[in-house]
Amino acid sequence: MAEQFIIETKDLKKNFVSKVKGKKKIVEAVKGINLGVRKGEIYGFLGPNGAGKSTTQKMFATILLPTSGEARINGYDLVKQQQQIRQSIGYVSQSGGTDSMSTGIENLVLQAQLYGLDVMTAKKRAAEFIERFQMDSFADRVALSFSGGQKRRLDLALGMINHPQILLLDEPTAGLDPQSRAYLWEEIRKLKKNGITILLTTHYLDEADKLCNTVSIIDNGVIVASGAPDKLKSDIGADAILLEFADSQVAQGSKEMLEKEFQTNRIQVKGNTVLLYISGGDRALPSILRLLDTNSLEARSISMSKPSLDDVFFKYTGRKLREDDIG
Amino acid sequence: MTTGKSMKMLHETRLMFVRSIQHTLRNPIWVVLSLVQPLLYLVLFMPLLKGLGGVPGLPQGKTVQVFIPGLLVMLALFGSAFVGFGLVDEIRTGVIERFLVTPCNRLAILSGRILKDVLVLLIQCVLITVCAIPFGLSISIVGFLVSLLLYTLIAISMASMSYALAITFRSEDTLASTLNTIALPVSLLSGIMLPLALAPLWLRDLAKANPFSYAVNASRALFSGDIFNADVIKGFIIIAILAVILFSWSVRALKRMIA
Repeated sequence: MAEQFIIETKDLKKNFVSKVKGKKKIVEAVKGINLGVRKGEIYGFLGPNGAGKSTTQKMFATILLPTSGEARINGYDLVKQQQQIRQSIGYVSQSGGTDSMSTGIENLVLQAQLYGLDVMTAKKRAAEFIERFQMDSFADRVALSFSGGQKRRLDLALGMINHPQILLLDEPTAGLDPQSRAYLWEEIRKLKKNGITILLTTHYLDEADKLCNTVSIIDNGVIVASGAPDKLKSDIGADAILLEFADSQVAQGSKEMLEKEFQTNRIQVKGNTVLLYISGGDRALPSILRLLDTNSLEARSISMSKPSLDDVFFKYTGRKLREDDIG
Repeated sequence: MTTGKSMKMLHETRLMFVRSIQHTLRNPIWVVLSLVQPLLYLVLFMPLLKGLGGVPGLPQGKTVQVFIPGLLVMLALFGSAFVGFGLVDEIRTGVIERFLVTPCNRLAILSGRILKDVLVLLIQCVLITVCAIPFGLSISIVGFLVSLLLYTLIAISMASMSYALAITFRSEDTLASTLNTIALPVSLLSGIMLPLALAPLWLRDLAKANPFSYAVNASRALFSGDIFNADVIKGFIIIAILAVILFSWSVRALKRMIA
């Protein structure tokens, strides 16, 4: 292998067997993932719910066994060396896993002890994280009384109590208020500075864009595109132009016209809007306006944007991530 | 298993036990509530039996002697059967998953909890027995201590079953209806309320298929101080086998969570 990867997979698959009306049905949640995560980077899985992001991550966390394929985490075999992997990684699930009937301190001390630390060292370790995540004011309370942001900080501390080299974060900022979100992003960046490799899943475009060094877009259990966010966006090589019309008929008509004019199939109608991807959009705008005018097609609004990761997602899947999100 | 590995397992069992005890002490209401039901039986049901004294299996003037050992078996059955609810909640909130990500021994995650369930039960058994002394109960101390071991095995069996079902279903509703479906016939067919000597032959035959009917017989023999009675030995063997089977089932279910 030319490059040293800290997480590496070869055709990793996961099937679930579900019973529908007594008949066994195999659901392919992860359909063969090949990836390499470099040491010390922030690596993001971007995709809609049910794409297979969390399933893949759970396999890395040793709490789901792969159906087939291979993976090495920190040099250890995913199936044969689970205990060594468990010592190298930290995992924070979406629900967090805070024991709500125990205090913050009790949660942390027990977690440290489960990694084999003696009680004195475990208490020191807990104190270290209470200071680091500014939990002094609430760590001695039962976790049931924590706010969402406080609970998330404890979740993160629990996942890192063993000073892992690799941190797996499943939707780390889902449902958090903007302030807690910003705080968490800052913490994740600090971890990267300390040389920790982070693999996170997200369905937030800005999180993948601003936080991650590498983004893999996952859809239907496969990675459809992978690379640095800027690279992925520039690969589209086009700007997105959105036109809004009075009704869908006018929209359809103008789609056909634009298709002919620019000789492109990267154009889509949705209701009364038309979305067109075109390189050098700024130069194309005047001719679009002229074209609409000569054909007496009146647009309500026209906007142009540089491509986002959502456009990247659209390019590879034919769908928008935001729409999936709502459903 | 190497010594190092079993030492680690014991240590982690203790950690899980301490955590469970902390939870119980933080919410002692249900411990108190689970005591109320057997006490109600003691006060509101046992007097009914007095009038029945003299029928087969209920010697005149000794009904309390027959009833209390059965009641303690029932406490062990029902008190431990519903512990799975707490586990369903901890699976849903990801606590169990968090433990599974650590190198912690899988067996310890369950055995620590079960030890707590056993401790709570033993305290309840002692309390009920002491409460029954004013009602005319006479006990053999050695017999009673041995009977506590029997209740421990029953609690291990029922708690393991409850945890295994909790892991399999992961839903309070399904768990509740399944447990009720199991617990009701098991208690009816064990001669807890009334001695099975009163039952028609077919019912007695049916009860023979119920492992807990042997536990009730053993419990009654132990209360009369008859430690080396054949019923006691039979009861211990059957319940011990049951405990091993159900505990292995629960550990297997937990390990299968990651399959």
